[in-house]
Amino acid sequence: MLVALMMVLVVVGSIVFHFLSPWWFPPLASNWGYIDDTTVLTFAITGAVFAAVVLFMAYCLYRFRHKEGNKATYEPENRRLEVWLISLTTGGVIAMLAPGLFVWAQFISVPDDAMEVEVIGQQWLWNYRLPGEDGRLGAADNRFVTFDNPLGISPHDPAGQDDLVVIGSDLYLPVDRPIRFALRSVDVLHNFYVPEFRAKMDMIPGSSTYFWATPTKVGTYEILCAELCGVGHSYMRGIVHVVTQEEYDDWLVLQRTFAEF
Amino acid sequence: MANIPHDATNTAPPAELGEMELYHPKSWWTKYVFSQDAKIIAIQYAVTALAIGFVALVLSWLIRLQLGFPNTFTFIDAERYYQFITMHGMIMVVYLLTALFLGGFGNYLIPLMVGARDMVFPYANMLSYWIYLLAVLVLVASFFVPGGPTGAGWTLYPPQAITSGTPGDEGGIILMLVSLILFIIGFTMGGLNYTVTVLQARTRGMTLMRMPLTVWGIFVATIMALLAFPALFVAAVMMLFDKLLGTSFFMPTLVEFGEQLSYGGGSPILFQHLFWFFGHPEVYIVALPAFGIVSDLISTHARRNIFGYRMMVWAIVIIGALSFVVWAHHMYVSGMHPYFGFWFATTTLIIAVPTAIKVYNWVLTLWRADIHFTTPMLFALGFIVTFVNGGLSGLFLGNVVVDVPLSDTMFVVAHFHMVMGIAPILVIYGAIYHWYPKVTGRMLSEALGKFHFWVTFVGAYLIFFPMHYVGLMGAPRRYFETSDIMVLPDSAITLNAFMSIAAFVVGFAQMVFIFNVVWSLKNGKEAGGNPWRATTLEWQTPKTPPEHGNWGKELPIVYRWAYDYSVPGAPEDFVPQNQPAAATQGAPS
Amino acid sequence: MSAILIFLTVLALGAGWWLSRQGLTVKPWLQVDHAGTVADPGPSRHSPAQLGLGLFLAVVGSLFALLISAYIIRAEAGDWRGFPLPWIVWANTLTLLAASLALEWARSAAQRGALAVARTGVIAGSGAALLFVTGQLVAWASLTESGYDISSGPAGSFFYLMTAAHGLHVVGGIFALGRTLGHIRRADQDNLGWQERKEQAGLVRISVDLAATYWLFMLFVWVVLLLVLSGWAGAFLALCGQILSGSGLT
Repeated sequence: MLVALMMVLVVVGSIVFHFLSPWWFPPLASNWGYIDDTTVLTFAITGAVFAAVVLFMAYCLYRFRHKEGNKATYEPENRRLEVWLISLTTGGVIAMLAPGLFVWAQFISVPDDAMEVEVIGQQWLWNYRLPGEDGRLGAADNRFVTFDNPLGISPHDPAGQDDLVVIGSDLYLPVDRPIRFALRSVDVLHNFYVPEFRAKMDMIPGSSTYFWATPTKVGTYEILCAELCGVGHSYMRGIVHVVTQEEYDDWLVLQRTFAEF
Repeated sequence: MANIPHDATNTAPPAELGEMELYHPKSWWTKYVFSQDAKIIAIQYAVTALAIGFVALVLSWLIRLQLGFPNTFTFIDAERYYQFITMHGMIMVVYLLTALFLGGFGNYLIPLMVGARDMVFPYANMLSYWIYLLAVLVLVASFFVPGGPTGAGWTLYPPQAITSGTPGDEGGIILMLVSLILFIIGFTMGGLNYTVTVLQARTRGMTLMRMPLTVWGIFVATIMALLAFPALFVAAVMMLFDKLLGTSFFMPTLVEFGEQLSYGGGSPILFQHLFWFFGHPEVYIVALPAFGIVSDLISTHARRNIFGYRMMVWAIVIIGALSFVVWAHHMYVSGMHPYFGFWFATTTLIIAVPTAIKVYNWVLTLWRADIHFTTPMLFALGFIVTFVNGGLSGLFLGNVVVDVPLSDTMFVVAHFHMVMGIAPILVIYGAIYHWYPKVTGRMLSEALGKFHFWVTFVGAYLIFFPMHYVGLMGAPRRYFETSDIMVLPDSAITLNAFMSIAAFVVGFAQMVFIFNVVWSLKNGKEAGGNPWRATTLEWQTPKTPPEHGNWGKELPIVYRWAYDYSVPGAPEDFVPQNQPAAATQGAPS
Repeated sequence: MSAILIFLTVLALGAGWWLSRQGLTVKPWLQVDHAGTVADPGPSRHSPAQLGLGLFLAVVGSLFALLISAYIIRAEAGDWRGFPLPWIVWANTLTLLAASLALEWARSAAQRGALAVARTGVIAGSGAALLFVTGQLVAWASLTESGYDISSGPAGSFFYLMTAAHGLHVVGGIFALGRTLGHIRRADQDNLGWQERKEQAGLVRISVDLAATYWLFMLFVWVVLLLVLSGWAGAFLALCGQILSGSGLT
């Protein structure tokens, strides 16, 4: 039967595609291996369910196709079967949700020793601010944004004077240090997304959001904006270099402070 | 479960409403144009929705031209690209799917399936269509204003929806919002009609538990839409105020291209809450009618009662209720309070359970059935595959932490096209092949129908299944240009070209469908009253197509549920709902 | 989103209670009736128009609950400043109350069939409603004059938005009252036959009943809006929001 055959082909084709195609997550470069694990677990469970449901359906289509003199069975419901299926489904859902929530709890608790890096989005480029010698970032607000102060750092907050300001050029991060990305935007919504880090978060004008990650692999990665931000959205790219601590320190001394800007 | 003693008089409404008078059309105009007959209104809704849907289909080709062959078709610049994706999304979700399921199928099927003569408020029903048409025209008009239609994405997130970095930020966005407001007003008129008709105009004996699942699906979806659309309405009005009157509901202090705008203090997240408070129920507003219709298609063409009818009804009601407390799963990476993630991931995955039950019951209906591979059945089967696929990928996106890398990537695009694009549209086609004989008195060509099905089903699967992996690789959605993304290998470009070609082929198959619908009007095989040998009331009308008033002199009386297929001992493999129990034999048990 | 969730919870409880009486646990395949055994249950308790109005009010209610939700979310931001409600809105509340009372009076008169009294009630109600709308416009004018226009602050923006939304519903209601008066006039003609008179009286009864229900609801919405806008409801609803969500879902 053509229909049953096609259903089998859909299942087999999808599974073969999944395993044989070269297309998958880009190599992980952060601590979020758990996210990959949860994703793989979800693939396994949902893949099995998909195959089971469609193959069972294909069997029914083949076995119970209309033939002269056939008559369907009259069976309005089967409570035992339904209870079984509900329990199994609930089990599968818990198997996916529980690890997911567990990892989410980690995702939202930033380690105490995390280094703060502020990312400020604007149409359509990436800017950064790093704490200066006092180790903290000064206050900022979009009200203060001017040509000379593109990140809106408060001129009244002494803590902000020594902040390092990086406008539109590459970001450097030290490898193996947890980093708290504080996110702001001066105009519209943006989203800071490095595929290799797995993590991402929207940036909202008027408030500050955050996520954290520990880059674990030295290398150069592309930053993509992942929230539609106007006509230049797909050109809003940046580069982040994950480097050793020494290289990072070398880069850091080259940066200008807000006071010098 | 306690078996409540049956007393049809308890729950059944009166057979005929005393005050209900049919409006009798006096001229050609009031009969076919400004008609108050739900069946005519249904056809008007359906034709309008399909026409504007065709525009959205063409837009999807243009989108795929750019994605598959970047920088080849220079007339598609970034500005136009964003306008195309915005209009494609908005038209498909609101103006095609919602309007067609509720305005089209709701209007045609509710009165016929519950044994009513018409909707209870025919005049409001007529107004509903004309306001919908006006909304569509306003939407179309936005293509012709300076700056073109809005390119803010169908989610219209502020601030960018009304700031100058987005195409169509002047006339386009205003017309978009006005059109949505009109749509909601028009829909509310229709929606009140559908609900009250189901509640009060059911014929004698038609208890709630004897209603076909189609009516259940449309009924619950309508109630959800009535309560969810106000959220979009409020959001649209507030955004209009921000745009036109200088308020700052959604607009924080911001500096665009060096210019300090006069806004301050508003909350972009507030818009997202309002939008998704509508937007998530909207998914089920489209899905529930599809669930209901597909249940009836499968049951009829497999000649077997729908398996687990009660569970199906409860699942529809439970899904409808739960869908109001999951909205923020669209906002996991929006920067809202991170603790919300726990709550919304849990509620979202709970919805998977009743939804899975429905899938099991469709498939179990096929067990020991007598399956006829008619065109409507093929579409229903195609729906199961795409819906299961899309539903399962929803488990990735609903599970908050798995959503983090996938959110705002092509994986999301693949997911929602599979689950609320392709799946409901397959149901719409199945339903059109199924009910066209009732609407026109003629069958659609089965050969063309099967061709249409295979190309659409296989082609759509080939477009959207690989698309998940493009997202997995890291390609964000709404990118005008993806070919130069560092993480994407060159092979992804080839894959994109492949998906585009598949999209053109699928699009071509829709022309075959349009041809079939037009050609069969005159040349289709005579259908007779009940070509599928179905049990539900709409197939038992005295005339086909049914006349104004549906039932001739006397309303039908309902004696049994809607799924008496292959009843042991019955002479035929179906027993219509309006056929009383045989004098000699009791009910099958 | 606490306000809308509370509103929908109330609706869901009502719907659940209704559904629980609809025999949703019966096994419909076991119930096959014999010819002649399906009785006519008689006319239902509510006319379609009454049920339709009830549903419409649920939709309108969710609209205002959403506006209130938005107000609460916005009011939590740091830059929220209070907003002086013009004194006239309190006087307007009294005129709306008067409109509603007049229509309740008309409702009971229409039930008795006292058409003249009903007409007086509806006319009085329309007059009070017009006075309310005028009063609201005066409130707007006085605010604009004292420098609070729609874009001068978030509280003011919400005041204008909410009063406009409510005012439009009131204006719609006034048009409906015009239709009700039309019904009364037709029912009150001398040249009607007995049957016709009875039918027309039934229409009047339903029409006045719908009007009175609608205006009661408009009064209720207005009072709630006033409590929210004046800040009295703010503390209370915020508390509800915290209880409902556990983590301040507003």
